[in-house]
Amino acid sequence: MAAGVAAWLPFARAAAIGWMPVANCPMPLAPADKNKRQDELIVLNVSGRRFQTWRTTLERYPDTLLGSTEKEFFFNEDTKEYFFDRDPEVFRCVLNFYRTGKLHYPRYECISAYDDELAFYGILPEIIGDCCYEEYKDRKRENAERLMDDNDSENNQESMPSLSFRQTMWRAFENPHTSTLALVFYYVTGFFIAVSVITNVVETVPCGTVPGSKELPCGERYSVAFFCLDTACVMIFTVEYLLRLFAAPSRYRFIRSVMSIIDVVAIMPYYIGLVMTNNEDVSGAFVTLRVFRVFRIFKFSRHSQGLRILGYTLKSCASELGFLLFSLTMAIIIFATVMFYAEKGSSASKFTSIPASFWYTIVTMTTLGYGDMVPKTIAGKIFGSICSLSGVLVIALPVPVIVSNFSRIYHQNQRADKRRAQKKARLARIRVAKTGSSNAYLHSKRNGLLNEALELMGTPEEEHMGKTTSLIESQHHHLLHCLEKTTNHEFIDEQMFEQNCMESSMQNYPSTRSPSLSSHPGLTTTCCSRRSKKTTHLPNSNLPATRLRSMQELSTIHIQGSEQPSLTTSRSSLNLKADDGLRPNCKTSQITTAIISIPTPPALTPEGEGRPPPASPGSNTNVPAVASNVVKVSAL
Amino acid sequence: MRGQGRKESLSDSRDLDGSYDQLTDSVEDEFELSTVCHRPEGLEQLQEQTKFTRKELQVLYRGFKNECPSGIVNEENFKQIYSQFFPQGDSSTYATFLFNAFDTNHDGSVSFEDFVAGLSVILRGTTDDRLNWAFNLYDLNKDGCITKEEMLDIMKSIYDMMGKYTYPALREEAPREHVESFFQKMDRNKDGVVTIEEFIESCQKDENIMRSMQLFDNVI
Repeated sequence: MAAGVAAWLPFARAAAIGWMPVANCPMPLAPADKNKRQDELIVLNVSGRRFQTWRTTLERYPDTLLGSTEKEFFFNEDTKEYFFDRDPEVFRCVLNFYRTGKLHYPRYECISAYDDELAFYGILPEIIGDCCYEEYKDRKRENAERLMDDNDSENNQESMPSLSFRQTMWRAFENPHTSTLALVFYYVTGFFIAVSVITNVVETVPCGTVPGSKELPCGERYSVAFFCLDTACVMIFTVEYLLRLFAAPSRYRFIRSVMSIIDVVAIMPYYIGLVMTNNEDVSGAFVTLRVFRVFRIFKFSRHSQGLRILGYTLKSCASELGFLLFSLTMAIIIFATVMFYAEKGSSASKFTSIPASFWYTIVTMTTLGYGDMVPKTIAGKIFGSICSLSGVLVIALPVPVIVSNFSRIYHQNQRADKRRAQKKARLARIRVAKTGSSNAYLHSKRNGLLNEALELMGTPEEEHMGKTTSLIESQHHHLLHCLEKTTNHEFIDEQMFEQNCMESSMQNYPSTRSPSLSSHPGLTTTCCSRRSKKTTHLPNSNLPATRLRSMQELSTIHIQGSEQPSLTTSRSSLNLKADDGLRPNCKTSQITTAIISIPTPPALTPEGEGRPPPASPGSNTNVPAVASNVVKVSAL
Repeated sequence: MRGQGRKESLSDSRDLDGSYDQLTDSVEDEFELSTVCHRPEGLEQLQEQTKFTRKELQVLYRGFKNECPSGIVNEENFKQIYSQFFPQGDSSTYATFLFNAFDTNHDGSVSFEDFVAGLSVILRGTTDDRLNWAFNLYDLNKDGCITKEEMLDIMKSIYDMMGKYTYPALREEAPREHVESFFQKMDRNKDGVVTIEEFIESCQKDENIMRSMQLFDNVI
């Protein structure tokens, strides 16, 4: 619950009067405001600068230094003020947090100094308000990276924890700077890629004439040499690919990745060529396959970060590129049609069909103007000029958009990952805070009962107990408790809800001894009858387990006290664990409290009886065996 | 005229760009709202009108002003504040009913005077006053009697606040059954509505209700 609205808690509680006439059961008692002193101003002296605030303002957050009794350590008797030897600038933000409920991060402040101050005052940085949160996280990450870099350069010579051979290899492949061997491998493959590409290029250069025949390309003249070079390159590539395949942590994913496809495409032509004989029919296809060898150049992208970024941005700019293509296509078709019909009349026109005019349109729109096709009619010339003018516009418009998209996407990419990580974490935190607030209620429900028991017993342990929940919290919980009473339903957490649903669906199976966990009418009557009988105490050693664990309020102790042993022993095994721990805690004094009970209507009993063991049996097994003091059982 | 032209050009750009934001319009609206700042009457007048002491009024106002610096609460704000106390369920419907009960002059906002007047009845009024206030809360159309439908709405809104994870699991008929039992208790002449007299009379006979009415006396 945000403490900013703690001031409205009295209103919310007063408004609960609307539930009273509707409720069928009596309401629980309100927590007494034992120390109802008048609100006083307290002076906080931080390194000489005095701040003043109301005491209740500070008590809004009882789990921080200023809100708890921890500040008493800093109380200066002589000057009657709290003295902190800390930075007054940051203290301003901290105090504003108490006042407004929002923690801000001042930009001029150093991030580690700020963190130190927050840690001192017991405030979690996660509650920094939205307005300042991103800035804070950015600065924090920069700082962390800086620290990490420092650490890395220190620890470079340290031996890594022993990875498996496979993992070391993969690391070597992905990050060549990790070891010398990796670096050597990196450069060797790079060299061979370059060699392979150059070979492919040089192969086609005409290389001087062999006397007696026409000019040959080098590839055919020195075919053996080129073949050897090719073989060597392909062998290196194959070995590299197989090694990567072996080292990859997820082979399936590796095979599907783009780089591996490029690798395969680069070496396939060679093997296909080996397999196929010098058959005349397929030699044409074989020649085509050789084209794929040029894809080896893409293998360079492993060696160049820039290529990878370019590829990625192209991929992410796909929609803009698609739009460019689409608008160009539209314009081409329009103008090609127009030109075709305009030039139809002229004789010996090159515009033989609309597809043939496509070439003219493209060449004109991109302002290339080869001149192999020119319009001859006047209409054709007019439309041709319109075509070239519009070509400039159509192309010039989307291109800057794409360019700016590139840069935007590039920067955005950096920031998007940052934000995505933050968002998930923040949502998780909000969820945790929300469940934390309701869990706090569920948790203190089990304690809350004992609070009331204490008040009735009037033992001095009240002070001890009251420390663990602040007044505001206990009032809030009382409010939620009243709501439960009004509707005759209880708050439980999600896991138990699921559990109940499952168990109620298994209710169909007969289980005579174990109580059904849904509100079974038969159970109600038995409980009621048992309750009515109860007047004397039962030195029943099975009392405390179920009683203490499953109570909501004092009256339920009363009921549970009269439970038959059979009921407890027949409960599901979930109970027994907690049972054992509490079994020896039976004493008559507990039963004394049971007698002072508020009569409850029957409607309550199914809840009390059938209440499943709470989701935290562990908390109850830590119970020290002090029977007379009911408090300590749950003062965890 | 000029204004009209500007509006038109705005709407043109709105047509073309499917994703325009209402910034141009809503900012002006918000400006209007935020310049409205309500100051309550003096402390002395409030002391006369309500049964709170001076100190209590001071504490109340400080808390009020903290959450609503403009001096008034509108329904959205109210719902949001109230929902912070009930994290597990949906308290918006009940908050609306509460808001209507506090907003006695039905002008869509609760000023500090309204706020404090309501609290004064609830916390410092006689039992009859408080029952009157509760009746007013239940009587949604303020016609002097509570029908089953009105009560059902109220009941559903209360059960909504519990949320989904309850024990025993919330059934569909639970509010209705509760309304039936309520009417059985309150409706003396069985005419299907509960009038204020029936209500007060039945409540005064019920010890539980009488006791719980005093429960929150020490809230302030």
